[in-house]
Amino acid sequence: MIRIDAVCHGIGGQPILRDVSLEIGKGGIVALVGPNGAGKSTLLSLIARLQPLQTGRITVDGHVIGQVRDDVLARTLAILPQHLDVASRLSVRDLVGFGRYPYHKGRPTPQDLVRVDAALAAFELDDLAARALDTLSGGQRQRAFVAMAYAQDTDYLLLDEPLNNLDIAASRGLMHRLRDLARQDGRTVVIVLHDINYAAAYADRIVALKSGRVVADGAPGAVVTDAFLRTVFDTDATVAHVQGRPMVCV
Amino acid sequence: MRLRLVGLSAVLGLCMLGYLVIGARGDWGFVLAFRGQKLLALLLVGVAIAWSTLIFQTLTGNRILTPAIMGFDALYMLGLGLLIWVLGVPAYLAIPPQVMMLGNVALLCLGALGLFGLVLRANGRDLMRLLLTGVVLSVLIRSLTGFLMRVIDPNEYAVLQGAAFARFSNVDPDLLTIAGGITAICGIAIWRMRHRLDVIGLGPDLALSLGEPGPRSRRAVLLLVSLLVAVSTALVGPVTFLGLLVTNLTYLLFPTHRHAVLLPATGLVAGIVLIGGQGLLEHVMGLTTPLSVVIEAVGGLSFLVLLLRMLR
Ligand SMILES: Nc1ncnc2c1ncn2[C@@H]1O[C@H](COP(=O)(O)OP(=O)(O)OP(=O)(O)O)[C@@H](O)[C@H]1O
Ligand SMILES: [Mg+2]
Repeated sequence: MIRIDAVCHGIGGQPILRDVSLEIGKGGIVALVGPNGAGKSTLLSLIARLQPLQTGRITVDGHVIGQVRDDVLARTLAILPQHLDVASRLSVRDLVGFGRYPYHKGRPTPQDLVRVDAALAAFELDDLAARALDTLSGGQRQRAFVAMAYAQDTDYLLLDEPLNNLDIAASRGLMHRLRDLARQDGRTVVIVLHDINYAAAYADRIVALKSGRVVADGAPGAVVTDAFLRTVFDTDATVAHVQGRPMVCV
Repeated sequence: MRLRLVGLSAVLGLCMLGYLVIGARGDWGFVLAFRGQKLLALLLVGVAIAWSTLIFQTLTGNRILTPAIMGFDALYMLGLGLLIWVLGVPAYLAIPPQVMMLGNVALLCLGALGLFGLVLRANGRDLMRLLLTGVVLSVLIRSLTGFLMRVIDPNEYAVLQGAAFARFSNVDPDLLTIAGGITAICGIAIWRMRHRLDVIGLGPDLALSLGEPGPRSRRAVLLLVSLLVAVSTALVGPVTFLGLLVTNLTYLLFPTHRHAVLLPATGLVAGIVLIGGQGLLEHVMGLTTPLSVVIEAVGGLSFLVLLLRMLR
């Protein structure tokens, strides 16, 4: 369980998150949506202790963020940040292999190698395994980073806009994979999405942020409405219903 | 890669052998002892500069900045100047050089952790800002040292001046043991960190999410860098571009991110450049140009080339 308690965050006097409280239970996909600059990435990086917490309290499975050892948390929670710049000389296999580092600390066991192969296969990277990152297309790179977080094999997975640059097949493939993780293995996936349709189709719960506040929270069918799009995103797109699911007409 | 490492070791072995025996005349025992000492010093300096540069570049995530370009050795000279200024030359010369060096090392570690810790924290891995801050800092430190040189009296000036120029040919033998000790300790610490360094090279966010605490590893790396820079500066004076030359040669020869390979490789390349170069100059060509001048010229040029390539 991720418990976020009265978290406020400001940068240079500018409030970014205002009194955010959320409970994310174990198992399932939670989609975090909201307009640009709403504070989604900031919230994820606070949960993953990539930025120091200013006020409030966050716990992940009872581990208090800011107090728990970094290597313990690395076996509990993995994050895919929105912006990554990594030395390009790495091969895809090396990058994905780093996902196992929290377990083997530099000395991979045969099981670790098996996991890496599985992660490569899961994101259709087998053919690209030996390629250097800087020779890949944007979507291929993105898939490699997702595979790395996947290989970390943690109970909690935070993904910041993983569908960036992915084509429709890769996007659906990734979302199916995440749904399997959530349904079959009881993993918890928190995922930032901009495409409300993907959120509505795959998430068990949608949480919307706007100007650093939680403005909507619930099952996709209940949350995604015309009024929701108008108040949260200030857009007059309408919502249709297809196969019992809300669908935004863009 | 393993083959290349073996090949490099063989080349280094040849260089060492050549350095010891080429052009040797007279009493062999004396020649070998004398040259052996210098060889050891060159090896120490080579490893210290190579490893400090490599781990600094891993920490900052680029291949252009080196501790020397950021002004680490300038900071060492400033500390030395301050000591001479505060103590006066007679007291300075009365203190055993080993004690002096330890004091200097401590000063540098404090200064570097404070100053460069702050710079790195403020600029992260933004190369351009780091480069600018580093260059400005090192100019500032160098001018402070220059200012100090002007206000102290001529005797003190001469002592400081003597320490301020790179010299590979006459190394202070008194310092060898202590320098060797510090290098060995740092070397062991760095070798044990080799897997962590691989992860640190991924950048602060990924490293942290894989469980490598950012501030702690930054402090550890900076401390090791300061110790090694202090060792090499105390032994041969400031050398600006050797580290850059050696690491980039290594990156060319060994296209990998793994420090288990890069560490031995840079050490070997540094040894070959220093010992081979010094042997050539000293024993084959008869020492007309100091090696430091050659290295700074070649290293400086490659710095320019790298910068231009990066800006393109
Ligand atoms: N380093 C920073 N300095 C100043 N402001 C920042 C900084 N980082 C983020 N912000 C501000 O914080 C707010 C929230 O940013 P955040 O990245 O969390 O938004 P987001 O919801 O992830 O947006 P997006 O959908 O565009 O990724 C934005 O207004 C942004 O301008
Ligand atoms: Mg974002």
